[in-house]
Amino acid sequence: MFYRENGQFKTSYRSDQQIFPVAQDRIALGLLALVAFVAVPMLASDYLFRAVLVPFLILSLAAIGLNVLVGYCGQISLGTGAFMAVGAYAAYNLNARIEGMPLLLSLIGGGLFAMAFGVLFGIPSLRIRGLYLAVATLAAQFFVDWFTNRVPWVTNRSSSGSVSVAALDLFGIPMDTPARRYLLCLALLVLLGLMAKNLVRGAIGREWMAMRDMDVAAAVIGIRPVYAKLSAFAVSSFIVGVAGALWGFVHLGAWEPAAFGIDKSFQLLFMVIIGGLGSIVGAVFGAAFIVLLPLLLNYVPHWLGLPLSTGTAAFLEHMIFGALIVFFLIVEPHGLAALWSTARQKLRLWPFPH
Amino acid sequence: MRRIGEVILDIRNISLRFGGVKALSDISFDVREHEVRAIIGPNGAGKSSMLNCINGVYQPQEGSITFRGRTFRHMNSRQVAEMGVARTFQNLALFKGMSVLDNIMTGRNLKMKSGLLAQALHWGPAAREEMAQREFVERIIDFLEIQPYRKTPVGRLPYGLQKRVDLGRALAMEPQVLLLDEPMAGMNVEEKQDMSRFILDVNDEFGTTIVLIEHDMGVVMDISDRVVVLDYGRKIGDGTPDAVRGNEEVVRAYLGTEH
Amino acid sequence: MGFFLETLFGGLMAGMLYALIAIGFVLIFKASGVFNFAQGAMVLFAALTMARFAEWIPQWTGLHGMLVVNLLAAAVAALAMVVVAWLVERLVLRHLVNQEGITLLMATLGISYFLDGAGQLLFGSSTYKIDIGMPKDPMFVLENVFQGGLLLSREDLYAAAMAALLVLLLTLFFQKTRTGRALRAVADDHQAAQSIGIPLSRIWVIVWSVGGLVALVAGMIWGSKLGVQYSISLVALKAFPVVILGGLTSVPGAILGGLIIGVGEKLSEIYIGPMVGGGIENWFAYVLALAFLLVRPQGLFGDKIIDRV
Repeated sequence: MFYRENGQFKTSYRSDQQIFPVAQDRIALGLLALVAFVAVPMLASDYLFRAVLVPFLILSLAAIGLNVLVGYCGQISLGTGAFMAVGAYAAYNLNARIEGMPLLLSLIGGGLFAMAFGVLFGIPSLRIRGLYLAVATLAAQFFVDWFTNRVPWVTNRSSSGSVSVAALDLFGIPMDTPARRYLLCLALLVLLGLMAKNLVRGAIGREWMAMRDMDVAAAVIGIRPVYAKLSAFAVSSFIVGVAGALWGFVHLGAWEPAAFGIDKSFQLLFMVIIGGLGSIVGAVFGAAFIVLLPLLLNYVPHWLGLPLSTGTAAFLEHMIFGALIVFFLIVEPHGLAALWSTARQKLRLWPFPH
Repeated sequence: MRRIGEVILDIRNISLRFGGVKALSDISFDVREHEVRAIIGPNGAGKSSMLNCINGVYQPQEGSITFRGRTFRHMNSRQVAEMGVARTFQNLALFKGMSVLDNIMTGRNLKMKSGLLAQALHWGPAAREEMAQREFVERIIDFLEIQPYRKTPVGRLPYGLQKRVDLGRALAMEPQVLLLDEPMAGMNVEEKQDMSRFILDVNDEFGTTIVLIEHDMGVVMDISDRVVVLDYGRKIGDGTPDAVRGNEEVVRAYLGTEH
Repeated sequence: MGFFLETLFGGLMAGMLYALIAIGFVLIFKASGVFNFAQGAMVLFAALTMARFAEWIPQWTGLHGMLVVNLLAAAVAALAMVVVAWLVERLVLRHLVNQEGITLLMATLGISYFLDGAGQLLFGSSTYKIDIGMPKDPMFVLENVFQGGLLLSREDLYAAAMAALLVLLLTLFFQKTRTGRALRAVADDHQAAQSIGIPLSRIWVIVWSVGGLVALVAGMIWGSKLGVQYSISLVALKAFPVVILGGLTSVPGAILGGLIIGVGEKLSEIYIGPMVGGGIENWFAYVLALAFLLVRPQGLFGDKIIDRV
């Protein structure tokens, strides 16, 4: 009843190509932006920022990056943690070694280094695909694990093997309160997310999807597989690298290589699968899910009066993730994003059933 | 009246083997500009393989292909596409995850020049280019009469419409030579009439040279200017439809010999 | 020279342990076409089941003889693996029959996470012992050739013997028994096998059970040597480079691949390691696999992959 496209005719291709062609969507988005940018910083608690919102935003960004590679271009990657690590350590080195390096430049620099790394490790994808590529990305993961652990130059010769970042400031404004850090992450997520959305809707996005769906036909149309695959790796790694830098700088503050280990890679892959392959907004759903589930597992039993030990909660988490992956792969391969889309379809017809 | 021009595509002595199987043996024929050239033959004769060689999907062991005076031993898919050769596939090679509009838009890929960053920002020239290509593709969609389906994922369309999308994608490349691999397979009489009309319109309006693999003899005789007949990878006939129809070897290949 | 030989031997032994895990993986891939990311988790689960039951059986029944207790524990673990195989077929494989490899791979990733969590939930997460009577004392050989002799692990030799026995049994099973032949038929062509009346779902349960049993043997040997702990499933990830080297469909390839990686790891660690701060073992296997993939994607003995248009 409320969610109708009736009367919303498009008179130009430009208006038809908008990201949100339905007016109700735009209104909803406006409200969401208002809540996210204004209400939340005023109302949320420090704990909410630190434990929920900031990790959710950063992981959403990383998941969007991974989705570009896996969901849109069909190249599987089990080494995302490594790309985050490259972004984080590169940003750290830029920050620590160059006097007065602006924060944004460090972050972007981290992304660029990750991009170079991504293109390098994307080269095998030109010859191998699918399962074999998955194992090759493991090579990237373990190599970076080792490199950040053993090569002292990377950690600026820190004796403990971990690095930390001093107070952050953005154009002179200190990023000291959780609210400000949240806004920084939110701004970057919105900016890079929009850019990613533009890319996947445009010519390069179509090239990626063509490679994913049928690469032989793509070649016959004149798409160059090399360019398509490497650009997917490049864009994906850039975004993941920036996310990694944010993870280290804003969320962790101080970290060691284990923060970007293979568990992180799996976590991101799960986000992308559960959220929906080939959907930008799906990546955000997936991140929300993965961030909220452990909290639910911690709090719900507590409220019900059956406290779980943290160990047990962790094991249950593993089991639930595993089961959900299988569930989504069987029932709805396009993940939460597809469920959301179906819900909206039903909303269009509401209150009628069909 | 179509004006048939000079030889645009010259196939010389092409031989193709897969391990021990000889798919094509010493095939030679030419294609003239603006004509409709049919390739016919029983199943397994090597017709699709021939098109695959032209497209650079298969690399023949022997022979050469001359396109507009430039001779190639091996064709490179992208090069072929850039030179203006487009193709449809027997088994439809549509991108199942994308909509009709997006599928046809991929055919415009070679014409789109905006860099990555410009696309990401959807800035000025990149945005305008996207709109311009959209307009071009919409004209193709009009031509093929598939407007209501433009946002539908191609996987959901019936077979006949998918074939049209395949044709649309090839047309989007603005090809000089259009290779059609059994464009009417699996269609009923009406759909075949529609498809024939589209093919003839393309040939008439844009002067596109058509190389067509087809099994329906009625269609072949009606719309083609010249016909090549293949059987077991060899050429057994080459000429106008009437000439080929009378060729004994061709009749034998299709109907079998009497025992 | 003596040190080199010792390192070599150590590498061969380590490689053989990888090969044990890889064999289970190859079996499952051969007969169901599934790239089983959960093989390592299965090894861990099997080992955990056996280790804990080996503790509990004496507590519950008062039996104390090592042989009896271990046999019973192994039997329970074997049964558990069959149940796992049945559940996997019923809940996962059946519903993903015609999906692409990537989907199946990700499904097994999910299974691996599930098994990890379930195993630790049911059996706890400390380190447990498996004691199957393997001798722990070292032995010295060739004392007349090298001064002091070469230090070899007796346990490793026993493990190698067990692995060889396992491979022999598997070969006999596949070549001589009716079920084995059926499995080979299914591996060749699912549809053809179905059309001659081979029940696909039962075959898959059998295949995954065999994979589970092989995982149990691997788990016993690993657990006896290193203790049963969560890190086994991470080390088991190395089975993937092993099968890439050897070819996804070849058991001899898995063994050879395992040996090459085991030796390669050890040697590069000892000889190149000190120059770069050590830790090469962590990535050597994967980088080697990557190099192989670029040069010879089908591995040493695998089937060549042909793309048809």
